[in-house]
Amino acid sequence: MLQRLFAIMNKEVRQLARDRLTFGMIVGIPLLQMLLFGYAINFDVRDIRGAVVDEARTSHSRALVADLQASGVVRFAAPSASVSELRRRLDAGEVSVGVVIPRDFERRRLGADRAVVQILVDGSEPMIDSVARGLVQMPLPARDGEYRSRVPVFEVLTEYNPERRTAVQVVPALIGVILNMTMVIFTSVAIVRERERGNLELLITTPIRSWELMAGKLAPYVVIGLIQTTLVLVVGAYAFDVPINGSLLDLYLAAALFIAATLTLGLVISTLVKSQMQAFQLSFMTLLPSILLSGFVFPFDGMPKPAQWIAQVLPLTHFVEMIRGVLLRGAPLTEMGMPAAKLALFLAVTLAIATLRFHKRLD
Amino acid sequence: MATHPGAVLTPAIVARGLTRRFGRVTAVDGIDLEIPRARIYGFLGPNGSGKSTTIRMLCGLLHPSAGTVQVLGHEMPRDAERLRPRLGYMTQKFSLWDDLTVAENLDFMARVFDLDRHRRRSRFEAVTDEYHLAPLLQQRAGTLSGGQRQRLALAAATLHEPELLMLDEPTSAVDPQSRRDFWESLFALVARGVTILVSTHYMDEAERCHELAILADGRIVAQGAPKRLMGTIPARVVEIEAEDTVQARAVLLEDDAVLSVAQLGTRLHVLLRPDTPRPAERCADRLHDAGVAARSTVVGASLEDVFVAATGFKLTSHVAAAD
Repeated sequence: MLQRLFAIMNKEVRQLARDRLTFGMIVGIPLLQMLLFGYAINFDVRDIRGAVVDEARTSHSRALVADLQASGVVRFAAPSASVSELRRRLDAGEVSVGVVIPRDFERRRLGADRAVVQILVDGSEPMIDSVARGLVQMPLPARDGEYRSRVPVFEVLTEYNPERRTAVQVVPALIGVILNMTMVIFTSVAIVRERERGNLELLITTPIRSWELMAGKLAPYVVIGLIQTTLVLVVGAYAFDVPINGSLLDLYLAAALFIAATLTLGLVISTLVKSQMQAFQLSFMTLLPSILLSGFVFPFDGMPKPAQWIAQVLPLTHFVEMIRGVLLRGAPLTEMGMPAAKLALFLAVTLAIATLRFHKRLD
Repeated sequence: MATHPGAVLTPAIVARGLTRRFGRVTAVDGIDLEIPRARIYGFLGPNGSGKSTTIRMLCGLLHPSAGTVQVLGHEMPRDAERLRPRLGYMTQKFSLWDDLTVAENLDFMARVFDLDRHRRRSRFEAVTDEYHLAPLLQQRAGTLSGGQRQRLALAAATLHEPELLMLDEPTSAVDPQSRRDFWESLFALVARGVTILVSTHYMDEAERCHELAILADGRIVAQGAPKRLMGTIPARVVEIEAEDTVQARAVLLEDDAVLSVAQLGTRLHVLLRPDTPRPAERCADRLHDAGVAARSTVVGASLEDVFVAATGFKLTSHVAAAD
């Protein structure tokens, strides 16, 4: 009995080792994603192109522009002569932010009833809009004895990620995204490929049991998933300084649970489709909502209710919650009971569906 | 052969009213079968006649829509799992793993069939020897030729020494020499008491079977030993040698007594109603009247004639009537 299970596992590993493309993807996908999200995709935006219309031309207005420049958020190109010219440059996409300092800047500055400076923002890019709004928080430059600078109402302390680096926020959840991508696609395609090539027709005329076939095919991928997890953690720690605050055991337990859930999802997909192409498409269909709705990109609580309900059915949502807790907040897995239970429930349901649908028959 | 102990036992396969529908299409329509042990039993029929569907129902891969099947005494599909260790199956398409070597494929199948280590080794050596696989052991299955794949597939199907072998069009991608060797191997297996069920669309292969069922449109239209089928064909067979076979054919099809005309090279095989007196003279007269130079002789039926008589009548007689 175990002989058959090991025979299947052994065969899978051999085939995998010979399939250079798939083998390359096991390592390639995590590395590529790490580089993409670690370097290219940067949520803490700097160096936005901007331009100034300074109609006041006072020493204060120049100090304000210098302060904005010094913040590093905006990099000013040549100033514009008028607001209409600034708008034209905004239209042309030459600049994304425009700062208008009105002629009566000094008067506005001393009175408190009107805004002092206007900022025009290209609202077509989501990140720029929110960053430019952050500029509003900037205090006016202070000169000795001239006026008291306003004290801000709020002070933000960013726990677990004091430097507010994107990599720290992204990398833990990225483990989930990468696992979700590779596990679902690999397993569904691996099983459908055997059906397409006729191997399954032969296999089901042998004494092999359904569970041996399923378990034997999935087991190697559990190991691959854990290898990918390790890869992302190591690259995250060395290249992006992502801390590992929680226990490694808890982390791998959470990862193993998530891997099992995604593997059974892949198994269910394989029972629904006829060709590798369909398996690929259906896997991708589950991947996109996972990335968007899981809280990986957008905060979960800010999403509309229906999106939150959908997100509840996606295993990635619960894993992102768990992995952020364990990895960044150092929370023990025991405090992550709710997401763990939901993930386990998902696993149980998909396993039941896969078992019901996976027959040793052709009809 | 008749003295072989297996032959006197209950039949290897018994099927009654076996039917399979796919949606509105009836692929297999009420087939009755009784397949004796230690014999090669053939399914002869064109593509789409229900050969594969029948074999798949017999080995439990498909559930019948109606009818009953017993295979080696096991009720199918209920007891399919109990049949597995006693059954060897070769699919129509090569279905071992292209990216595994010959040795790995054999070892995998031996493990899947639960052979213990000792038996794995002895059977591995036995089939390697029997099917001349020794020089190919380290080669990937995907790089083998059609004939080599054939030998590998048969070796894999017989590793666990099954009592029953089901072969679904095993020689469709194989050269003639490999086909001959393959059939030699089948007879060697039968001599050891193995029952073989094989489907084919080659006449020469069908003729080598001990017994045969001719399938058309999901039904058995003729059944029996090839010799007997050829002897009892419900038609008279006349062979015509003519210069202008096209015209000769046209002339003959106008005759009400002619059931079908098939061309074999420069000759025509004409099937006439069984009650036709002096069929050769009749054909000769018709052709002479039409001014076609030809020679007519009454001949014994070939299996092809049997096949045409069993499957092609409706169509050709319809064409003949329409002319």
